[in-house]
Amino acid sequence: MAQIYAYIVHKGGVADDTAIELITAAKKIDPDASVSAIVTGSGADLEAVCKDVASTYNEVIKIDNAAITYPNAEIIRGILVNILPGDAVLLLPHDTFGMDLGPGLSIKLESAFVADVVDFEGLDGSNLKIVRQEFSGQVSTHMLCDIGSGAVVNIRPGAFTPDESKSASGEIVDKSSEAGDLAARRTFLETVVAEVGDVDITKSEVLVSIGRGIEDEDNIEIANDLAEALGADVSCSRPIVDSKWLEKSRQVGTSGQTVKPKVYLACGISGSFQHLGGIKGSPFMVAVNKNIKAPIFQVADVGIVEDILEFLPELTEKINDM
Amino acid sequence: MEILVCVKRVPDTAENEIEVNSDGTDIDRDDLVYSVNEWDNYAVEEAIQIRDNVGGNVTVVSVGDEESEEVIRREMAMGADQGVLLSDDAFNDSDGKGIASILKAEIEKGKYDLIMTGAQADDGAGQVGGMLAAMLDLPYASLVNTIDITDDKKIKVGREVEGGNIEMNEIELPCVLSIQTGINEPRYVGIRGIRKVASVEIPVHGTSDLGLASDAVGEAGANVKKVDYFVPDTGEGAEILEGSTEEIIDKLVEYLKAKGGVK
Ligand SMILES: Cc1cc2nc3c(=O)[nH]c(=O)nc-3n(C[C@H](O)[C@H](O)[C@H](O)COP(=O)(O)OP(=O)(O)OC[C@H]3O[C@@H](n4cnc5c(N)ncnc54)[C@H](O)[C@@H]3O)c2cc1C
Repeated sequence: MAQIYAYIVHKGGVADDTAIELITAAKKIDPDASVSAIVTGSGADLEAVCKDVASTYNEVIKIDNAAITYPNAEIIRGILVNILPGDAVLLLPHDTFGMDLGPGLSIKLESAFVADVVDFEGLDGSNLKIVRQEFSGQVSTHMLCDIGSGAVVNIRPGAFTPDESKSASGEIVDKSSEAGDLAARRTFLETVVAEVGDVDITKSEVLVSIGRGIEDEDNIEIANDLAEALGADVSCSRPIVDSKWLEKSRQVGTSGQTVKPKVYLACGISGSFQHLGGIKGSPFMVAVNKNIKAPIFQVADVGIVEDILEFLPELTEKINDM
Repeated sequence: MEILVCVKRVPDTAENEIEVNSDGTDIDRDDLVYSVNEWDNYAVEEAIQIRDNVGGNVTVVSVGDEESEEVIRREMAMGADQGVLLSDDAFNDSDGKGIASILKAEIEKGKYDLIMTGAQADDGAGQVGGMLAAMLDLPYASLVNTIDITDDKKIKVGREVEGGNIEMNEIELPCVLSIQTGINEPRYVGIRGIRKVASVEIPVHGTSDLGLASDAVGEAGANVKKVDYFVPDTGEGAEILEGSTEEIIDKLVEYLKAKGGVK
């Protein structure tokens, strides 16, 4: 088995949650694998992350350079091509950084690429059996990936159990001098922070959340009425914001807000991992969806197979009559 | 500005429930409604708007079977200037790298300033844009939700990152961008628009036109292969409330009261 590497995403001196999930993923590929973490960045933030990660990985490869204080995927790709052996298996989180880096990196490394992996089911020779999902989780697939000449594998955040044992006392190996050319044709300018809206859904205790199942802008009234009856706020999935029917600040998910309500009513939402990624604190989740096979029913506590356009107004009426 | 947009014909998830077929070799494709991949449609709209602002040409290209012609035509009805279909039996079962290799071969026949793909399609991999950029050795930005054409050497692009924040970048032209939904409001395409382009010829290019070795694409060239489709056993799942709508509502209200969902 080739060496497995885990790329550690971090921000403000703190490793991302995926840092301790990638090691579980690596051990699922091969329980005996030796797994090294790769941490790139600069200065005190980088030092702090390396130290933290060394409690999980036996080896931490550190690349320190001011040019990658902000993680520019183009520069980091060049560095990884320089430091990784040809048959390396590299795990990246399937987040906005991993999506930016992984596919192109696999081409430059001349290795295989698999995106958004949710599980592994064994290694047979150089064939790795992988589980993925398609159609926002409506169906799953098994894939065979030949890792004989290396692979870049993007792992879905949250899919593997975090290893919180902190049982390693890893060695930090400084490979900054092997980084090579740090020129790039894409340069980071600034981060524009998302605007704050009229309601702060991150503080809401009860959310009536609507998805594409609401079908039409005019139907949003139905959700507003229910929310008013319940004393709740209205939130939504991404397509509702893409259609400009609600403000971005009401979007729940990885590219929206992270909410932690007591009760979450998912209405006409299929349950993609990017949407679920924005729901924390295990709220009591009710899903109303007309498709019994919608993935949201796998994660909800209570499911109702109904048309929201008919069901929600009746529910509102009942609550108003109480 | 010469712009090329890669588009894919996919089952429309807003119109269909996607299910695994009886032997698990594929999804059940009987009676599926297809459309252009949502992300790609935003990319075409963006390309059209850029062309209308700074001049130039928009070419839409799709790898697929002959049915994919319909989505190319749809995007031409939207305003793209021309379309090319890349189709060959040898392309079947290509992995992401195979698809990117096919697109690369077509792109190298022309000269483009800006190449766009959707951020992802039906399989949620989001891989073709980044691979294509690396193969063409062009700079790349994924998940782009703002584009500002500053001049003809470099442009400003915003990438939507975690939390909905926007990472602003300057990127040299030519480049490859993968487009995130919400970047614009794609225009509506009516029957009349489709009719107008119904007889426009859409060239079809296969392996020999593209100078591709047949073992570089398709199943032969793939190091990632799909074994089967399945429905995972997910354990318990939700308690499905049964009965008449009235009974369901009563049960739900009890739950909501208990869990603090009614104020
Ligand atoms: C990088 C990236 C980031 C993303 N970030 C986010 C994010 O932050 N938040 C987010 O939500 N998404 C995000 N997405 C998009 C995500 O992948 C899904 O496309 C999206 O969550 C789907 O939204 P939906 O469930 O409302 O729509 P769909 O998946 O289309 O589901 C609609 C559901 O409604 C049901 N339905 C339809 N009509 C009715 C009816 N009348 N009554 C009852 N049920 C009905 C259908 O059965 C279906 O299950 C992101 C994607 C990418 C690539």
